[in-house]
Amino acid sequence: MSNPNFTPEHIAMMKNVLIEHVPHAKAIGMTVEDAKRGEAWLSVPYSENLIGNPETGVIHGGVITSLLDNACGIAVQLALAERQSIATLDLRIDYMKPATPKLGLMAHTHCYKVTKNIAFVRGTAYHTDEDDPIAACVGTFMLAANRAMPVPVTAEAAAEAMKILAKNKDGAA
Amino acid sequence: MSEAKTPFDVNALMQAIPYARHLGITVDQRGNEITTVLHFSQHLIGNPVLPALHGGVIGAFLETTAIAQLAFEFAAGDASAAALPKPIGLTIDYLRSGRPMDTYGRAEITKQGRRVATVRAEAWQDDRSRPIATAHGHFLLQAADDA
Repeated sequence: MSNPNFTPEHIAMMKNVLIEHVPHAKAIGMTVEDAKRGEAWLSVPYSENLIGNPETGVIHGGVITSLLDNACGIAVQLALAERQSIATLDLRIDYMKPATPKLGLMAHTHCYKVTKNIAFVRGTAYHTDEDDPIAACVGTFMLAANRAMPVPVTAEAAAEAMKILAKNKDGAA
Repeated sequence: MSEAKTPFDVNALMQAIPYARHLGITVDQRGNEITTVLHFSQHLIGNPVLPALHGGVIGAFLETTAIAQLAFEFAAGDASAAALPKPIGLTIDYLRSGRPMDTYGRAEITKQGRRVATVRAEAWQDDRSRPIATAHGHFLLQAADDA
């Protein structure tokens, strides 16, 4: 917890581990834009195949659900002392206004409380101004949800990740 | 209105929604009941190790199931996508991890007001008595949206 902000290398690693290995996140073009302890900023670019209403070109609510769910999960990972398998228990989303066609989506999520078993998260989805949200969400995640690790870590990726983590630790110490 | 019994092709409406098509959602319509089907595909995975469906995909599927049910029951006279109800709020309970196989969905309208409808939806895989997720949400009916 002595390292509130992540280095660009760490964010690059998260992009790789948290997005590249999540097929659906990759399929809709999700990207980790920024991160700090317990908080994540993710984006999804506007794309024709994400449209929910073909007459207006407005993005489907489900895309916002996917983005917020994923961003909440990452915020939880960023709040934990070490990586563990997590599972969404519930997610409540309020849609405040339709997304504007042609504009990309951003999400900012914050894991504000972690207990022994449960992590609590809230977040918003917006275009450019977080104070003018498209949607807001609150969610809870179960910790240590499965025995399996959540991400397939190849030997090379794991070694690389450990190197970056060790470097960050040294830097923070 | 006298033709109210004319079958309304919800599947065609769903296929007009790019994101529903992207996820691979179809509607199986039997008489006055519909079941939505989320056809499994690799790009729906959220956790490749388990492997498990992405939570957002399950949420999107339940939302689409609710919208399909609303369209089926209330928009029968107007098959245009412009008349699709808009989600106001959706709460999803994740009950089991979604395995890499087809998922089915059913929704039930618990209350229909003039402007807002309340819908419950559930998703299951090989056993309907063991749902992988349930959701309830409020939807703004488009006829009331002009205000």
